[in-house]
Amino acid sequence: MIFAFGGNVLLATSFYVVQKSCHVRLAGYLAPWFVVVGYNFFILIAGTGYLLGVTQGKEYAEPEWYSDLWLTIVWVVYLLVFLVTIIKRKEPHIFVANWFYLAMIVTIAVLHLGNNPSLPVSFFGSKSYIAWGGIQDAMFQWWYGHNAVGFFLTAGFLAIMYYFIPKRAERPVYSYRLSIVHFWALIFLYIWAGPHHLHYTALPDWTQTLGMTFSIMLWMPSWGGMINGLMTLSGAWDKLRTDPVLRMMVVSVAFYGMSTFEGPMMSIKVVNSLSHYTDWTIGHVHSGALGWVGFVSFGALYCLVPWAWNRKGLYSLKLVNWHFWIATLGIVLYISAMWVSGILQGLMWRAYTSLGFLEYSFIETVEAMHPFYIIRAAGGALFLIGALIMAYNLWMTVRVGEQEVQMPVALQPAE
Amino acid sequence: MKAILTLDNLASGLVTTIWTPVFVAIFLAIIAYAFWPRNKAGFDEAASLPLREE
Repeated sequence: MIFAFGGNVLLATSFYVVQKSCHVRLAGYLAPWFVVVGYNFFILIAGTGYLLGVTQGKEYAEPEWYSDLWLTIVWVVYLLVFLVTIIKRKEPHIFVANWFYLAMIVTIAVLHLGNNPSLPVSFFGSKSYIAWGGIQDAMFQWWYGHNAVGFFLTAGFLAIMYYFIPKRAERPVYSYRLSIVHFWALIFLYIWAGPHHLHYTALPDWTQTLGMTFSIMLWMPSWGGMINGLMTLSGAWDKLRTDPVLRMMVVSVAFYGMSTFEGPMMSIKVVNSLSHYTDWTIGHVHSGALGWVGFVSFGALYCLVPWAWNRKGLYSLKLVNWHFWIATLGIVLYISAMWVSGILQGLMWRAYTSLGFLEYSFIETVEAMHPFYIIRAAGGALFLIGALIMAYNLWMTVRVGEQEVQMPVALQPAE
Repeated sequence: MKAILTLDNLASGLVTTIWTPVFVAIFLAIIAYAFWPRNKAGFDEAASLPLREE
């Protein structure tokens, strides 16, 4: 979901936004096509590799060396297309959404290279070994992992927020100053937060504390972004009642605020000692992935498809409303089930009898979590149904949507 | 063996330590830039950039 759906949403919106806000066409004729096709080819070879058991056997980002090399080439071309488009812009100012996209592209490149220096065993075989060993490998993995959250799932989608919410609400960005300050604060702080995934492991204690401290500090830039997104609706709050697309994006920003409050809290060592390795983490991740990344992407797609196909509007706003409520209900069921299940699991793991033995066996915790897994599955199914409704709605928008009437320039009223 | 102060580890210590004040200074400069009164008009215009495009 993250790299196939989220990655394609980022490619589509970044190419759209950079052209619109720089007032120029994309750089290159074939290069943008190469990026889109090449990226999806990467998803294909990485995904089929996983199914066939071709992986580096890690917790995160485990495609083998040949997929990694291919992605490096595609990503460098992506960076060049984006940069050259910005360089030849006709609008003197570089809009804030483009900074976030650029930060995403540059940092993902650095993370990808840092996490994947591996040596293939043979030229025609898929197996390779990583240069890092032991705890260094774990630290690199979570430096990559947490910053994939920070720069792919946060910076990239904040770029979407900064363009699509003002555009849809027809209001300027609430505070451009705040956007500058929280952008740079995010950039300076995020890169240090990775060690909070390795609390109470072989990682040196000071590194764990450093990761925790930076995670707590991250609360501020995160909420800076949330406040800026929400307050952009000042003077347009009434649109939440009539425009389900805008409502979807605003609720996504609320989920962003919620999960970026929860994250720093969970990075605190004492909280982490209960939450780590439990379903609480799964709940946290999904409030971000489904609520924030999912909803802001859906909102962007609902805007982008009519614009790109030159349609007056969506095929049906009523279906967007159904999508919104079904998916929201799904997320709430999903994440609340995982919170309860996770805390239950954590408490059962640390329960001792009066004689000092562990009170519960592993299978007893699984049994206790069973009902919550059913709720989770139901929530996930609702979210999927919502996405299918969206796919139908977008398809029909392209197929039967009413064409926007393009008046010849000479007949347009003077403004 | 205890670490002895040599030119070599003094230099590497300085290089690794210097980042903190340098980054703090850069960040403070960014805040000054963001809140500089003369920049306000430009930022206000930039804030509505998505609304005026063709």
